[in-house]
Amino acid sequence: MIRLEGVGKRYPDGTVAVDDLSLEAPRGRITVLVGPSGCGKTTTLRMINRMVEPTSGRILVDGEDTAGMDAARLRRSIGYVIQHAGLFPHRTVLGNVMTVPRLHGWSRARARERAREVLELVGLEPAHARRYPSQLSGGQQQRVGVARALAADPDVLLMDEPFSAVDPVVRGGLQQEFLALQERLGTTIVLVTHDIDEAIRLGHRIAVLREGGTLAQFSSPADLLAHPADDFVADFVGADRGYRALSFQRAQVPIHAEQPLREGTGHAPGSGEAWRLVIDADGRPLGWRHTDDPEERLRLGGTLAQQDGTLRSMLDAALSAPSGRGVVVDDRGVLVGTVRADEVLRAIQQAPRPTGDTVRTAEGTE
Amino acid sequence: MSLLGVDLATVLELGQDHLLLAGVPLLVGLALAIPLGWLATRRGWLYPPLVAGTGLLYTIPSLALFILLPGFLGTRILDPVNVLVAMTVYTLALLTRTVADALLSVPGHVRQAATAMGYGPARRFLAVDLPLAVPVISAGLRVAAVSNVSIVSVAALVGVSQLGSLFTDGFNRNAMGPIVVGVIGCVVLAVLFDLVILLVTRLLTPWKVSAS
Repeated sequence: MIRLEGVGKRYPDGTVAVDDLSLEAPRGRITVLVGPSGCGKTTTLRMINRMVEPTSGRILVDGEDTAGMDAARLRRSIGYVIQHAGLFPHRTVLGNVMTVPRLHGWSRARARERAREVLELVGLEPAHARRYPSQLSGGQQQRVGVARALAADPDVLLMDEPFSAVDPVVRGGLQQEFLALQERLGTTIVLVTHDIDEAIRLGHRIAVLREGGTLAQFSSPADLLAHPADDFVADFVGADRGYRALSFQRAQVPIHAEQPLREGTGHAPGSGEAWRLVIDADGRPLGWRHTDDPEERLRLGGTLAQQDGTLRSMLDAALSAPSGRGVVVDDRGVLVGTVRADEVLRAIQQAPRPTGDTVRTAEGTE
Repeated sequence: MSLLGVDLATVLELGQDHLLLAGVPLLVGLALAIPLGWLATRRGWLYPPLVAGTGLLYTIPSLALFILLPGFLGTRILDPVNVLVAMTVYTLALLTRTVADALLSVPGHVRQAATAMGYGPARRFLAVDLPLAVPVISAGLRVAAVSNVSIVSVAALVGVSQLGSLFTDGFNRNAMGPIVVGVIGCVVLAVLFDLVILLVTRLLTPWKVSAS
């Protein structure tokens, strides 16, 4: 657990980067610091591992004041991932990942073994281990950056814009993997981003900072979307926050039975519907076919909603299907049935609005 | 055996002297320039005086330095030590700026990552900053090597023998042969230095080769 108590950073020229910031990053959770540029989020992150020394307040890691610790030793115990990965260009991928174990005094053989383990953990092929960073793609470099930060098995991981230098297609996948990895390892993470969407996707708790380094709001993502503390937060969260809040709501939506066509079979007895869903031999949806189409083309398109998915995913499935029927699958991807947009909207109408008070300290909602 | 009227054994002996008088100061100068360059990057206000100050040393004419140094060092005028010290001064003049700029060329995010990983300042310098500065330092070293090979020949005027002695000899005897041999010897030495520096750089920076 990381606790900031009235932390401030004032530079000799009088500039205040961070002002009287108090918040708590709970153990085993992802806490996101988000805000516009100049809000002091990176400075705050760097004060945690003392890359920047606070000028007021104190920072506790697991109850211990970091000011009393040896700075280099503290940093070795905290993983750190930065934008563009910050890999050492003169070391191989393996050498990069071995860095912190070697600083801890591990033998070369043990560090190498551990590095191979972590590289596998972050999903990097062993063939890359002997390459140099410049020979990797941006996404691969970022994986190595995460592997390097995790190599000494730290309890705490600090991440500064870890995904912003990666192209959007790769970013989505990396974020998913990152969430799964965090859940598996239970690492306490503090992550900085300027992207509110990323904050909402990744954070268990979100601290919105405003210019001048003051805390505007500290709450759960659902709460942030439903109850922005003031105009600044509402503005920063964005115009479609009402829609995005559906990402955190689940409700019973009637699921209609579908009479799908199996792939390869020709015209099946008509169900009276103009659009027929085509599934593969295992029952996984492949696409839609219009019964009037003489060429029997398969229209892809249409997102899939999980059976226990959020209202957002249900609505999106219904809106994106050419038939207007949103495809619902179970966790193996097998067709369950379809939902209708009007019925999803009715469920949204009836769903309770997210409640909960905005909190500035840790004794809040989770 | 002789070459253009100059005894080959003499040429080899002079070449060897030339090699030592140019090469040893190159290594000593580099060894001194690294801490000075590091100092210049550690404290911002030290950069201008250190880099400009050492750079100014290069403007002292070599002949003047050869003649003045015995007064400072207490050596005899014919002592090769004067030449070694003078050449070290010139190497230092060229390399202090090179080393400082090479260290400053290390990308900021790499330096920050190193600090964040838990490197102390000294360890970070040896493990991260210096290896990454090698390509730029090497480029400066190649210039300094050629400069040294060229300047050393002037020492013939104060009686320290090396390939430059062939120039004074040819001038005194009004013979072209020794001068041509001396020039060829200097060029061969300069190319030799260049090749050695390139080779060592290549070995120290495997990451550069594979990056291209």
